[in-house]
Amino acid sequence: MEITKQDVEKVAKLARLELTENEKAAFATQLSQILTHVETLREYDTTGVELTATVLGQVNVFRPDEPRPSLPVERAVANAPESADGFFVVPKIIEDRQPL
Amino acid sequence: MMTYEVVIGVEVHAQLRAKSKLFCGCGTQFGLTANSQTCPLCLGLPGTLPVINRAAVEMAVRAGLALNCTIAANNLFARKNYFYPDLPKGYQISQYEEPICEHGWVETTPADGKLRRVRIRRAHLEEDAGKSVHVAGANGSLVDFNRAGTPLLEIVTEPDLRSADEVVAYLKSLRDVLMYLEVCDGNMDEGSFRCEPNLSLRPVGQKEFGTKVELKNINSFKFVKDAIEYEIKRQTKVLSEGGKINQETRLWNLDRGETAVMRSKEEAHDYRYFPDPDLVPLKLDRDWIESCRKQVTELPAARLQRFISEFALSEYDAGVLTVSRGVADYFEAAVKLFSQPKTVSNWVMGELTRELNNSGIDASVSPVSPERLVSLLQLVEQGTISLKVAREIFPEVYRSGKTPEQIVQEKGLVQVSDEGALDQIIVAVLAKYPSQVAQFKEGKQQVLGFLVGQVMKSSSGTANPGKVNELLKKKLVG
Repeated sequence: MEITKQDVEKVAKLARLELTENEKAAFATQLSQILTHVETLREYDTTGVELTATVLGQVNVFRPDEPRPSLPVERAVANAPESADGFFVVPKIIEDRQPL
Repeated sequence: MMTYEVVIGVEVHAQLRAKSKLFCGCGTQFGLTANSQTCPLCLGLPGTLPVINRAAVEMAVRAGLALNCTIAANNLFARKNYFYPDLPKGYQISQYEEPICEHGWVETTPADGKLRRVRIRRAHLEEDAGKSVHVAGANGSLVDFNRAGTPLLEIVTEPDLRSADEVVAYLKSLRDVLMYLEVCDGNMDEGSFRCEPNLSLRPVGQKEFGTKVELKNINSFKFVKDAIEYEIKRQTKVLSEGGKINQETRLWNLDRGETAVMRSKEEAHDYRYFPDPDLVPLKLDRDWIESCRKQVTELPAARLQRFISEFALSEYDAGVLTVSRGVADYFEAAVKLFSQPKTVSNWVMGELTRELNNSGIDASVSPVSPERLVSLLQLVEQGTISLKVAREIFPEVYRSGKTPEQIVQEKGLVQVSDEGALDQIIVAVLAKYPSQVAQFKEGKQQVLGFLVGQVMKSSSGTANPGKVNELLKKKLVG
């Protein structure tokens, strides 16, 4: 399957990755190869085969609804590049919230 | 001029009333210190693994059953990928291809009195995001992750609604159901029940839907109505002038009373959903679903009808009593002990509700238990105290924690029905008001009321008014 430079740019943008022109070209080739390889799987008839979401074979692992202690606030924000009054400080959000 | 029909569908995010988050043990209480309800998992730190909260799954199933949905035997969780500062992991765990609930309906009766059935397309489990705070003038925005990971049920309707009134009626019915089931506290101010209508217009008679606009930032039923009505007018104007509607999200601006396009980056969102490999599949077998069904209590609409037929209450009374589960439960508990539904209903809707509203608490935790209210009603029934006295002492019963009997004894409020005792008071009153007595004898019947009042007054309200009436008449006429 052919992956174009535009495809790479789109994926990179969605993943917030900054790529050089050389990298874009290299990734386009590599991603094409990977997808071509995966395409060979299409030779198999998978009718009636359930989607594999996990290979662990386990189902229904639950946690009881019991609150457990959280981190102290100063530890929660300890690794933040910037914090104030226990809040994480992020670059100013100008865009209004879209998803959810 | 072309007339248009409005087509509306609604998305609701209902916060489930679990004590802990969907995939970790952090608490879900509202309004605590920023980031005090966080842990490595809900902060999205590396090396953590989510484990699903059983109670949240049960609540989703219970809600789905009450909304007449099919419950999926096989549940998958998917990652919805996007970047936003309040989303710690860079993805939200949600459900995509296999939502836990599908194809249900809610019945609702808008103001026109006609019953509507609103179809539910799907309801799925997902985690909430954090909250960002913007401080005017500051260089950055502040983020609080206390809410991140709180369990949500996203409930999506089919485009079945045709007016703002229908949307509000649907939302109220849905909220009633969720609150009755105790799966959501329904608090719109705190964001426990958030609604996002999407709306399009089409010329009457046209089959195809028009371009739809999503409305956000609506946190009360009134704003839902205002925002939809504004948007219908706006779109009608655009279309009538030959313009086109853009597919966009618009925010309700409360101060201006209008909707405005949400500022957003140009690129179309591409969430690249895929099954979350960190979670094992959730298989809900029939027994599991049936055990949840047993916990689905009688819903408000059914209870209202039962109150009308079983207790011969008016539709109005039944409606007021079934508005909240606490009040309805209280009423039923009291009626079991005192089989005069209308009397109990009057007290619950009147005195009790007034006190509960004053102290801002739910009937389920009323300081006056149904048993205690009934003991007060029995005092009236037995003639120990008058209805007036009962009403007067209710606030004290509510506040003091004393039994009605105690208060009646302490204050000497026992109703006097003894003829000898009443006779003495009556004789004294008649002696005091000879001119009124003369007026009565001349045929001025209304004076009797005045004399009864005087007797009641000199007995400090304890005289049995019926008895007083009877004895006075006997004295004056006979």
